[in-house]
Amino acid sequence: MALAILIFVAVVGVILFIAGRSERKGSSRVAFLFLLPTGVMLTIGLLYPAVRTMYYSFFNAAGDAFIGVGNYQTIFGSAEQLTVLRNTALWVLLTPFLATAIGLLYAILVDGARGEALSKALIFLPMSISFVAASIIWKFMYAFRPDQGNINQIGLLNQILVWIGLPPQQFLINTPWNTFFLIAVMIWIQAGFAMTILSASIKAIPDDVIEAARLDGVNPVEMFRYVTLPAIRPSVVVVLSTIAIGTLKVFDVVRTMTGGQFDTSVVANEFYSQSFRSDNQGLGAALAVLLFVLVIPIVVYNVHQLRASEAR
Amino acid sequence: MSTVTPQLDLTPEEMAALKAKTSLAGRAAINAKKKLTSPWASFAAVVLAVLWTIPTFGLLVTSFRPEKAIKTTGWWTFFSNPEVTLENYKTVLSTEGSAGLGGYVINSFVIVIPAVIIPICLAIMAAYAFAWIDFRGRNTLFVAVFALQIVPIQVTLIPLLTLFVDAGIPPFWRIWLSHSTFALPLAIFLLHNFMKEIPKELIEAARVDGAGHVKILFRVLLPLMVPALAAFGIFQFLWVWNDLLVALTFAGDANASPITVGLANLSGTRDNAWQLLSAGAFVAIIVPVAVFITLQRFFVRGLLAGSVKG
Repeated sequence: MALAILIFVAVVGVILFIAGRSERKGSSRVAFLFLLPTGVMLTIGLLYPAVRTMYYSFFNAAGDAFIGVGNYQTIFGSAEQLTVLRNTALWVLLTPFLATAIGLLYAILVDGARGEALSKALIFLPMSISFVAASIIWKFMYAFRPDQGNINQIGLLNQILVWIGLPPQQFLINTPWNTFFLIAVMIWIQAGFAMTILSASIKAIPDDVIEAARLDGVNPVEMFRYVTLPAIRPSVVVVLSTIAIGTLKVFDVVRTMTGGQFDTSVVANEFYSQSFRSDNQGLGAALAVLLFVLVIPIVVYNVHQLRASEAR
Repeated sequence: MSTVTPQLDLTPEEMAALKAKTSLAGRAAINAKKKLTSPWASFAAVVLAVLWTIPTFGLLVTSFRPEKAIKTTGWWTFFSNPEVTLENYKTVLSTEGSAGLGGYVINSFVIVIPAVIIPICLAIMAAYAFAWIDFRGRNTLFVAVFALQIVPIQVTLIPLLTLFVDAGIPPFWRIWLSHSTFALPLAIFLLHNFMKEIPKELIEAARVDGAGHVKILFRVLLPLMVPALAAFGIFQFLWVWNDLLVALTFAGDANASPITVGLANLSGTRDNAWQLLSAGAFVAIIVPVAVFITLQRFFVRGLLAGSVKG
């Protein structure tokens, strides 16, 4: 590690030295030197691989025969892949809306309350830990023990079922409900993100607007509907689209909790399985390209909204 | 992007100051609102907070219980029958045995430090060129770099791995280089925006005094950029520390794998070894949580700024 940093510092040092000497020969020379390492890394590390993956998405599993749109036909044609698409759609529709709704509700509830900072930190904490750790936390919540004799449940959710007199469930195995239990994990992680950003934008609403509405005698529901919501609308859109992008690419949660078994796979996980487990390079590439294509409209919309809210 | 929500990360002190500043009438209104909604709102807030905390809390309690107790009774029985052990953490932190995650933790640190420093240094230079040097095609190039943020890393993994293997680049270097590359578009964008906000007069004054670009960058700009560097640095630190996909792809074997990979493997092979999984999860969690608690304000800023990163 120390060696890596040393080598790297030496490279930067040489660039700065040459740049310093070529100052007199013109500014664009300095600019070229400053951009050189970035340009090399982005070209080799992002541009070239992305183009190559698109190219390979039209090839077979071994990557040696051109098969046209065959891989895309598989994605939209085979029953297995259609389940993947259905799950991905569920994830992308449910996670952003539920996480944002919960985050917004919580932000309003704790706004101005005593101990606000601490209560927000509690909700936000899941956001700072890795998806792998979050998955293990929830796998334990969902833990299942067979319902017989003197065996105790060790997962809290199944124990609650037992307490209220219901049989324990295999939350992660029973399809199609297991996908929803995986989605719950993502909502648990993302609600803190929504809460933090929406809370900040609620606080940015000018006091006199709220005061004026209050003098007009609005009740809390009307206040939310006619004052708060219109004021924070741009932030809500940003939060929704941001969580949607993150959810599209989620891979760690599915891989850690079920490994994509029991009909729980999503595009990002299927990409990994096909590329590295099943050695189906072509299909893996096509899935990666699909991910890219799905992300673009949301990102464009997101950037557009960010611009709009910055301009305000 | 960093300016969507200006009041994002107030510390308690700042909050207090802000509250003191708001007018008397404003405070009266806030108080009135509190009285209006207080009991139900507080109740709902507490319910949500408890729901959100219990899963983590349950695993934390579990990590301190002996194996036999974990496997036969629920963690909630701990409070009627407390048994505490540090054995789980000892096993997990050792560098030996299939359950020893100690080596992975060390790898995580080895990975994360260069993976934060390299992109920051490169991005400072590039951002300076985009912000303060006039050259042909500057705007086009900047938009191109910005647009690269949206490329999902999945698209790049396989060709990049092939390149690395063909070039004989060792595992740690693969991870450092790929994390650095993926971070560059965001880092350049953030630092560029920050540099642009520095008054032009400051740069011009330095130029008149005969300072070149390199000198301006180091003497004038760098000291002013500490908050932006911290925000990006923390974002990148947590991104790399919590990453699973890049590490799985490029680490190759256990010798270069970080804690996320170790933990995911343990979860895959020893599904029911909760005494190890719980302690292992908390070993992985403790670093980001410590960062989060100590550097909360920078953290949220960086997180927000990086929200569209691939």
